[in-house]
Amino acid sequence: MKRTLIVFCGTTLCALTLLTGGCSRKSKQPAPLKSTATGAAIVESSGGKQIGYIGMPLDQPVVVQVNDASGSAVAGAAVYFRGPSGMSFVPASALTDSSGQVTTNVSLGQQAGRYKLVASTWDASGKNIELTLDEIALGYQQTLGAQLNAQYCIRCHDPESSSLRVSNMDNLSVKPHAFTEGDTLNKMSDADLIAIISHGGPALNKSAEMPPWGYTLSKSDIAALVSYIRAVADPPYEAGGLVYAQK
Amino acid sequence: MTDKLKSLWRFFFGDSARAFGSVSLILLVLLAISPAKDHFSQWRRYQKQYLHLIRGRADAITLERHYEGGIQQIWIPDQQVTDRCTTCHLGLKETSLADVSAVAFRKHPVVPHSLTEFGCTTCHRGQGAATTVQEAHNATEQWEQPLLPAKYVEAGCGQCHLEKQTATPFLNQGRQLISGYGCTHCHTIKQGDGTYILPGDDPPSLKHIADKTTREWVYAWIKDPQAYASTATMPNYHFSDDDARDVSAFIMSQSTPLEPPLQPINAKPNPDPAAGTSLYGQSFCASCHAMQNAAGMMVGGNVGPELTGIGTKAKPEWIADWVANPNHYDPGTMMPHYRFDPTQVATLAGFLESKTEPDFVANVHLGAPTPQQIEHGKRLVLENGCASCHEINGIKKPENFAPELSRIGSKPISQLLFVEGVDHNLPSYVVAKVSNPRSFGPSLKMPQFKLTPQQVDAVTTALLAQTDRAATQPPTMRIASTQQSKYEPAGHAGQLMHDLRCFSCHMINGHGGDMAPDLTWEGTAVQREWLTQFLKNPETLRPALIRRMPKFNLSDADINTLTDYIMAVYQTPEFDRDSLPASELTPAAVEQGRQLFYSKFACQSCHIADYAKDKGYIGPALAGTGKRFNAAWVYHWLKDPQSLRPGTIEPNQHMTDDEARSLTAFLMSLKSTGAKEVAKK
Repeated sequence: MKRTLIVFCGTTLCALTLLTGGCSRKSKQPAPLKSTATGAAIVESSGGKQIGYIGMPLDQPVVVQVNDASGSAVAGAAVYFRGPSGMSFVPASALTDSSGQVTTNVSLGQQAGRYKLVASTWDASGKNIELTLDEIALGYQQTLGAQLNAQYCIRCHDPESSSLRVSNMDNLSVKPHAFTEGDTLNKMSDADLIAIISHGGPALNKSAEMPPWGYTLSKSDIAALVSYIRAVADPPYEAGGLVYAQK
Repeated sequence: MTDKLKSLWRFFFGDSARAFGSVSLILLVLLAISPAKDHFSQWRRYQKQYLHLIRGRADAITLERHYEGGIQQIWIPDQQVTDRCTTCHLGLKETSLADVSAVAFRKHPVVPHSLTEFGCTTCHRGQGAATTVQEAHNATEQWEQPLLPAKYVEAGCGQCHLEKQTATPFLNQGRQLISGYGCTHCHTIKQGDGTYILPGDDPPSLKHIADKTTREWVYAWIKDPQAYASTATMPNYHFSDDDARDVSAFIMSQSTPLEPPLQPINAKPNPDPAAGTSLYGQSFCASCHAMQNAAGMMVGGNVGPELTGIGTKAKPEWIADWVANPNHYDPGTMMPHYRFDPTQVATLAGFLESKTEPDFVANVHLGAPTPQQIEHGKRLVLENGCASCHEINGIKKPENFAPELSRIGSKPISQLLFVEGVDHNLPSYVVAKVSNPRSFGPSLKMPQFKLTPQQVDAVTTALLAQTDRAATQPPTMRIASTQQSKYEPAGHAGQLMHDLRCFSCHMINGHGGDMAPDLTWEGTAVQREWLTQFLKNPETLRPALIRRMPKFNLSDADINTLTDYIMAVYQTPEFDRDSLPASELTPAAVEQGRQLFYSKFACQSCHIADYAKDKGYIGPALAGTGKRFNAAWVYHWLKDPQSLRPGTIEPNQHMTDDEARSLTAFLMSLKSTGAKEVAKK
């Protein structure tokens, strides 16, 4: 009799387990930092607005500095970093060093787009102070665009020279727009950008110093370039809503 | 308590009717479990969420028309793809869902392949047939096939694409690192098309090492190669002081003197103290070699070894011998034979000798080696496979010294040994193994390579591409790797080109480097007189370029041999070199060409036609075109540059025949002699 009872209970339990299923994981919480000082402001030293790739660490670390009310650096203040899901920080929290700075290495998440990184600390009254930085993650198509940009476009469109490449921008009578110039480029539609890349400046009544690339690059290459230009625009490019054909 | 249970039992099973009813009830509940599980399944929840999402949007009608409920499946039998991912990921093809916040329903980023043709797991891995998130993406620690983290997704491309693709920078970088760090000296990596990843580094032979350097330097080098040159690709074996002492003793003991032996320098160097620096500059040594300048900046290329401490590394007579003719010490070197005269040799050798890093060997004090030490050194050299990379007298190159990695990307994790702190999946294992091999055990032989985390990820991407699928799929799926041809020019000219190592920088007929222009059709492109002058004294063709053609001090006879060969052999079959005679280039056409050059095509933005007013930095200066090029070549180049030199960045301007002819006329009229240096910024 008892055995039947046990079997019955066992069956019910099994059924319940089958129904619910799965298991849960415990997440590790970092030990809280013991800060020895507080600041009044948190500012960026370097590392904002970097262009990285999905899932990859950024080239440069992000460095932020905690200052007091008079603007001088504060050592020993706790700084916490956080970002959208997928973004990771090593370390995710630290005390500021003797120069008031915290350095963290940032890895981007798996989705292309902009990642808002928040560095926070608190002031003497316990109020949270935050600093938000933008980092850009390029996806597959934008990465292709970035490669093509480095091969074909950058020598004229980037005013900066490097040790391997001298910028040609100053040699042009009409200065090209850097691809980060969102104020100008965001106003141009995708169709306009594709036209000017494919057919050169004269397609939009602009300088012939921009040559046509439509006979050299494929349509998908040019689409990739446009997606790259959109990805790095500053201020960020916001696609308009749905566009229906207008009569 | 027992009384209560007994009464409960009696209530349910007291008599046969009650027992029958109760058992039926239990059976009913048990039978209901399966349909209930299905009804409350995760994927149904996702489909409901998706419908909720699209119903709130402006294009709801279109999206709903595309929507299909129930389990969805992509089935491609010949690729072993059974993917039900689209059951939950419903918006993968919906352009308007490109930026919805729910990641699961987002449009798939633009890739060149369609989902229905390739499926999802081909690139992303995971369990295609599963219909819950846990099982499809990843679940337990022992899961064989978790979803691949996005940073390695190019490994998916690498299964079929064995060639270098613009859109897969990390895969390319990873393959290049595997080759450049010489991983395949020890590990065999066979690719799907049957080719092998070949080592791209050039570890020096140690047969005559005692002629080149001291035992102290060898000791310090094997202790920490990157302490001598941060760009060194030689890994660190973490030898103890005693082990390094014994290895250096053995290696030096095996060295034999060069034949014929090194000669002491008898020429006097140029007395001008700046002569060495300027000869180093004029010879464009920095195209290949890096050296720290006075400001502490590393300047130069990475084809050859860094030279900052060369005076500490190499003996003076070796440096002089090497500068005079590198073939004497290493017939397989990439370094050209410069044909310096004895004064130049002494000058350049003196300059290089002065580049010392005495700190590197300052604390190395080695006594004379004992036979036991040499014997122990030999054992270490054998155990660590030194001869896999370096030629050492008396030691045979070991075969298959390290495990083959041809299918590492499909290695079952049950066959891997994990250590504390490494996540239980293949990518994490590979990363740990590449970045810190000795963490798997101090007795492991694999040495420590100096790679950044990003480089480790790139190497991991390339290794993860070596899957079973890549090895076994039908050949039609593969894009073969681009392999170097075995082209070698014949005769005296061929010997000269080998001696000058033209192929270290230039590509001809699919063989050679990519540092300088492809010369496959150089004979069609240029005029003989120009080529003769250029070989005698290379002028600067590209104002903004740091790497340039060095001057080789060739004799007139050698120059004649080379130009004859180039003009006769390197001709394109596509058109006749003489098809555009000068008579067709009328003054009217020249004038029209000038207009086209400066207005319609704005060529001056990248090229210089007139040093007085043009500043374009990107393409070569064209002020001497009429003396340099052949008219038919210029015409065909203008019509379609990529057909003559694939990959050139000169855009195809889609010119008409008339425009191209006029432009050719204008360019051929430019006969400025000797390019003036454009003031560099």
